[in-house]
Amino acid sequence: MTSKTAQTLDRVVIRFAGDSGDGMQLTGDRFTSETAALGNDLSTLPNFPAEIRAPQGTLPGVSSFQLHFADHDVLTPGDAPDVLVAMNPAALKANIGDVPRGATVIVNTDEFTKRNLGKVGYETSPLEDGSLESWHVHPVALTSITVEALAEFSGLSRKEKERAKNMFALGLLSWMYTRPTTGTEQFLKSKFGARPEILEANLTALHAGWNYGETTEDFASTYVVAPAPMPPGTYRNVTGNTALALGLVSASHRAGRPLVLGSYPITPASDILHALSSMKRHGVTTIQAEDEIAGAGIALGAAYGGAVGVTTTSGPGIALKAETIGLAVALELPLVVVDIQRGGPSTGLPTKTEQADLLQVMYGRNGESPLPVIAAQTPADCFDAALDAVRIATTYRTPVVLLSDGYLANGSEPWSVPSVDDLPQMHVDLASEPNMTDDNGEPVFRPYLRDPETLARPWAVPGTAGLEHRIGGIEKADVTGDISYDPDNHEKMVRLRQAKVDGVTVPDVEVDDPTGDARILVLGWGSTYGPIAAATRVVRNAGQPVARAHVRHINPFPANLGDVLRRYDRVLVPEMNTGQLAMLLRSKYLVDVRSHTAIRGLPFTTVELAGAITTTLQEVQ
Amino acid sequence: MTTTTDLGMPTTGTPDGLAHVPHLPQDEPKQTKRDFTSDQEVRWCPGCGDYVILAAVQSFLPDLGLRRENIVFVSGIGCSSRFPYYLDTYGMHSIHGRAPAIATGLATSRPDLSVWVVTGDGDALSIGGNHLIHALRRNVNMTILLFNNQIYGLTKGQYSPTSRPGTVTKSSPLGSVDAPFNPVSLALGAEATFVGRAMESDRDELKSVLRAAAEHRGAALVEIYQNCPIFNDGAFEALKDRTQQAARIVRLHSGEAVTVGTEEDRRVLVRTTGGGSEFVPEAEVGARDVVVHDAHADDPSAAFALSRLDTPEMSHVPMGIFRQVERPTYDDQVRAQVDAAVDTAGGPATDDDLQALLRGKDTWTVG
Repeated sequence: MTSKTAQTLDRVVIRFAGDSGDGMQLTGDRFTSETAALGNDLSTLPNFPAEIRAPQGTLPGVSSFQLHFADHDVLTPGDAPDVLVAMNPAALKANIGDVPRGATVIVNTDEFTKRNLGKVGYETSPLEDGSLESWHVHPVALTSITVEALAEFSGLSRKEKERAKNMFALGLLSWMYTRPTTGTEQFLKSKFGARPEILEANLTALHAGWNYGETTEDFASTYVVAPAPMPPGTYRNVTGNTALALGLVSASHRAGRPLVLGSYPITPASDILHALSSMKRHGVTTIQAEDEIAGAGIALGAAYGGAVGVTTTSGPGIALKAETIGLAVALELPLVVVDIQRGGPSTGLPTKTEQADLLQVMYGRNGESPLPVIAAQTPADCFDAALDAVRIATTYRTPVVLLSDGYLANGSEPWSVPSVDDLPQMHVDLASEPNMTDDNGEPVFRPYLRDPETLARPWAVPGTAGLEHRIGGIEKADVTGDISYDPDNHEKMVRLRQAKVDGVTVPDVEVDDPTGDARILVLGWGSTYGPIAAATRVVRNAGQPVARAHVRHINPFPANLGDVLRRYDRVLVPEMNTGQLAMLLRSKYLVDVRSHTAIRGLPFTTVELAGAITTTLQEVQ
Repeated sequence: MTTTTDLGMPTTGTPDGLAHVPHLPQDEPKQTKRDFTSDQEVRWCPGCGDYVILAAVQSFLPDLGLRRENIVFVSGIGCSSRFPYYLDTYGMHSIHGRAPAIATGLATSRPDLSVWVVTGDGDALSIGGNHLIHALRRNVNMTILLFNNQIYGLTKGQYSPTSRPGTVTKSSPLGSVDAPFNPVSLALGAEATFVGRAMESDRDELKSVLRAAAEHRGAALVEIYQNCPIFNDGAFEALKDRTQQAARIVRLHSGEAVTVGTEEDRRVLVRTTGGGSEFVPEAEVGARDVVVHDAHADDPSAAFALSRLDTPEMSHVPMGIFRQVERPTYDDQVRAQVDAAVDTAGGPATDDDLQALLRGKDTWTVG
């Protein structure tokens, strides 16, 4: 066994790229898990086409998974890869533009055939024509070495053997970055336990990849990235969608009300439906509806019956659910609507991220129909945001929209698992008796008599004797809830519903301004949290003071937001849309905030945002 | 990869649609129509068939002996959908076409409720067609009352999906060219386990079909012919007219021959050699193959064939129960899966169980 040198690095960004069928997401997931187990902080960004299997070897079929890990806290999946693993010419062509010169590129030479090169418009092989000479290229015949390593598996076809090449690549990278493979071995055992030969083949390929790195002279050294100092605790890696599902279940548990999900499959929200469908043990009911509208209707029907009713979707689904959400506004029943935003309009970019549904969820309904809107900031934060959404919905008897996006949904990061005892307690009081006396002194139930503090109406569920009442989408008379077309009553009810939402208690926005003398503020919402934090760090490290704040609650805004905005010479608002939060801030606070926007289906890079901040700094100097 | 799981059906072992709904104790005084009448002023047009149906339902509900608070009426939009306001039960007047979806969420999460949907031909068959067929195919435990007046009333008289071809309305001044739905055929095609039809004016028939529908475990659809005196008056006059009624209405009784007409002039449905059927005078039946109605047949083909006797001219209109079969309900099975998961795990999730879920299978410890 040769012993190679080991170099220490503080951070690494790796991108695995291949054909949609090459198993790159799985490879990335496993490498992430190994990295998490080692104690590095990390952030991931899967990037895959909407097509399940685009034509093999073509550019539209390229799927990739990027992972950023470090010995310090990681805020983004990284701008540019230090290492690109390209399983075919298409993967190379689609990704090399993001890879800085001097970085490492590992290519699967077996796939660089004339035919495959031709599919993506390479006239000559980039491995031979010198076009890659600025990169550190490791040509590895990944497919044929894998097949050779599996020569003894006589029961497997060549195709089945080839399929294990992602495990060979994982083994090689695990060796390079000294990652433990025991977790992956356990994973393979549970995945392929019923098919021993496939299991053995994958394990053999994994070990062959490791051994290849150790023995071949092409790889001179391994790299060590030390664990990041993280607060003590038990950690796991979570994607945003997993964290969101766990948050909903936890909220239901703490509220003592069963969780009922009505949902129609849609990218990138379906994983929440999948996750909750496997949590029946926690009393969770999931109903895969016939359409988006029914998903919302089912959730609302369940909420009427006393459940925590949730519907999950993406932007196109929100458009379809709008009328039902409006009904929930009128009925004043709790309903949690989760929007995992993706690129739009219309079908748009189903697998890419965007923040362009903000105005839709704020205003995309008929009539004056205000509702609370909250936005998750990081994958792990989706857990807290879900708890918050359920708290507001059940306390104020209102539909609540929880915004996430494709970046948070599929991206992952380590999460310090909270203790159940530390989760917020939710008190949900169902009405059980009459709440007024009528003119004759008889006790009566008035479904629209409000709690003076929250302005919430009673949640009186069917099955409660003596509280029989009728609700509906026609305007209600104040207090009685009877049908009313009275002009003054309508005015009163519209303003009451607005006042209820305006009165939702939300914490003040916190400003991060370490030096206390910043003249500009970078204000964001949602998934730009990581990129903004990383970019402000870069600017501060260059000696420039800059303040940063992030709003979770967009309706209502935190009470101190106006004061915060006015405290700075300039406010920069980066968004993955054409300036939707900026529009809300300008109209509400009359502050001349500056937008920095991008609509590329991808999160901001640190470099880009740092540049925008620096430019803004120069403007005020 | 597709896997299937044997659900070990049936899961509840009861065909009674009201089995899990609390009933009044035997010694309590029987409810009356008054108990089900709300304090709201009824606002349908004078002479509307909806009044008759409301009165029938209010006087029929006490017969079920259910606790009033465990009855919920959910409606959509349209004249008929105002129905819940006038009943002193729980009720929700929702949005156009969506009542079956809302009722699905309610019925699935609350087995202790008797859930009713009130809808019309536009609400159920046009804007809400999708929810209706899916509620029927899933067999969610609910009773759907479809008031069919063959017109849009609340929007002031446009043709509906059940209007006869050629119907002249404000939106079809030269006559409607839309081919209409036959709601019974549609429901049977959508795998409904209970399908009935009644006339608003025939209170006894209506109550008997409603009762069977309410007690059916699963989705029950009852089409109720209802007259709109303003925009489509007399749509069912041929069936109400005493002189024509007997010759047109085919009263369905499971286990009996399908006949039409009076005692003196009875015609019997027999199969023809081409696979169809025809009515022939009773005296001419002889050895011919008489169609005997079987509402409980697994195969819905015969019930479907009966539904096709109906034509826009209403020469022969079957009334009664077309289909009444047992099939595991969606909501029972959903609850059974959740209950089994909870039971297998030793009861409702504790804080420790939730903690284990949050930790997952792949954790590491720092510090």
